[in-house]
Amino acid sequence: MGMTMIENLLARKAGVKQVRPGDIVTVEVDMCVMIDLQFATLWIEPSRIHDPDKVAVIMDHAVPAPTLKDAAGGPKARKFVADFGIQKFFDVGRHGICHQVIAENGLARPGEVLACTDSHTCAGGAYNTAARGLGPAELYSILCTGSTWFQVAPTVRYELTGQLPPEISGKDVFLYLADSYGDATNQNLEFSGPGLASVPLNDRRTIATQAAEISADFATFGVDELLAEFLAERGVQDYQPAAADPDAEYLDVRTIDLGALQPYVARPGTVSHNGVPVSDIEQRKIDQAFIGSCANGQLDDLRIAAQILRGKTVASGVRLLVTPASQQVYRDAMRLGYLQDIADAGGVVTNSTCGACFGYHMGVVGPGEVCLTSSTRNFTGRMGSTEAEIYMASPATVAASAVAGYITDPRSVTT
Amino acid sequence: MNTAVTGRVWVFGDSVNTDAMYPAFAMKLDIPEASKHVFYEIRPGWTDLVEPGDIVIAGKNFGVGSSRPVAALFRHLGVAALIAEDFNSLFFRNAINAGLPALTAPGVTGVFRDGDVGSFDISTGAYRNETAGTTGHAQSLPPLILEILASGGVLARLAERGYLPAELLDVLRAGAIPQAGGSGA
Repeated sequence: MGMTMIENLLARKAGVKQVRPGDIVTVEVDMCVMIDLQFATLWIEPSRIHDPDKVAVIMDHAVPAPTLKDAAGGPKARKFVADFGIQKFFDVGRHGICHQVIAENGLARPGEVLACTDSHTCAGGAYNTAARGLGPAELYSILCTGSTWFQVAPTVRYELTGQLPPEISGKDVFLYLADSYGDATNQNLEFSGPGLASVPLNDRRTIATQAAEISADFATFGVDELLAEFLAERGVQDYQPAAADPDAEYLDVRTIDLGALQPYVARPGTVSHNGVPVSDIEQRKIDQAFIGSCANGQLDDLRIAAQILRGKTVASGVRLLVTPASQQVYRDAMRLGYLQDIADAGGVVTNSTCGACFGYHMGVVGPGEVCLTSSTRNFTGRMGSTEAEIYMASPATVAASAVAGYITDPRSVTT
Repeated sequence: MNTAVTGRVWVFGDSVNTDAMYPAFAMKLDIPEASKHVFYEIRPGWTDLVEPGDIVIAGKNFGVGSSRPVAALFRHLGVAALIAEDFNSLFFRNAINAGLPALTAPGVTGVFRDGDVGSFDISTGAYRNETAGTTGHAQSLPPLILEILASGGVLARLAERGYLPAELLDVLRAGAIPQAGGSGA
């Protein structure tokens, strides 16, 4: 019996012929990505590390430092990279949310294993990488020993058919899946099918990133022409893609007709069985609109938002915050005029950081407020007060709603 | 290694997420202060009631969310084990790596009520509600995970192997994170 995409990848990396759900495998980790929080909260400089070339340090969650605790972490990170000669250091100024920086710099390679402290590391699955979030203690262990273990979970395959309509984004695809099928605890997700070619890389990354919200382990896409081109542009070569065997065994195979999808919104609390097509939601006034995060602060997300906002004005009583996913995205969006459009409409563009998405800084929400976000989580209290309500939708829906003042179908807005 | 854990249990529902256990504002605090905010919204005041040796039982999808080191807060509070119908795998690994036993036990929330005394054998998975006299079986932990727990967590294991200063071994085994000053050494 054949293996799924992730099973093939893990088997090869573990040096075994076959793995099955339930098996425990030990694998070498090709890239160990450490973030600023690690240095601020859990840091003892090790006496030796496995391989400095397989380590990247990215400052993202709390930059520029909003607290003394975070400020104290920065020098520890800088000392560590200097002491061990780590070249892949993305300090403030060339920083960004780690999953965006990983993508821009080709750190997630097909068929390889990537570990990072942030729970949205499954983002790297968009590039055919076995990437997932692991805790700071485990990252520490990988940094020192170069390897870790995984228990192989069963795989659910999403077979994509049809064409993704231009006004529908990866966020809508994800919110639809989460609403329809719920949690994927201790499951891997695999995305394939003839419709995949119509799903751009930025949307694939949104989907892979948000697999964390439905509690999945790995979420992987195969290498196709679109991905190969993306990787070539970033100098990624000599990789060994992982693919599923034709007779692979899945926990479930679910067919999604991309052409039938609509813009979706998740109601506050969870994305799991908690969504509704935007066209069906009651008129819901919003106080804050947020476009950003590893899931949706990409250049394409800012382009879509700028197109909707160009020549319009953010509604009175609404704060629109836009956080580019990296300094590179910020610079590109500035050069292309997107930031101008956003700011002219009355939006606030912030520096790149995880900031408002995890309710730490740069736009926390207060009691009684309603936030519509394109970020990653709508948990109670996630973005500030536990008495705030967080709805989640695509950047297009957030931008259109910021102009209207209430949750709005972006297809109703002329650009 | 003693594989039996016995203590008073606290029972929680499904999909208790990491933000409910370690909210963002607590991430700005040191571990002892941060640990006062575990379950701050879903069960306010719980951290005043929990005692060393207590056991936390939860429903399905326990710990969905972030990688933030929630297990370090539980260890600071003296929680002896986490038991759930099933775990988010990142949260499960974080518990094991922090030296905090975690057992997957389908049906367990139907067997225990708040305040019952439970005994769990983390090696065999056998458990018993000492208050009600009922028994059940959790999934047993594989040898690799039992080894990490026996070391007192993955950081203690790194100290055993010379990656971290040997003088930190005891404090790491106890689940405390040294707040090193200056250089971060």
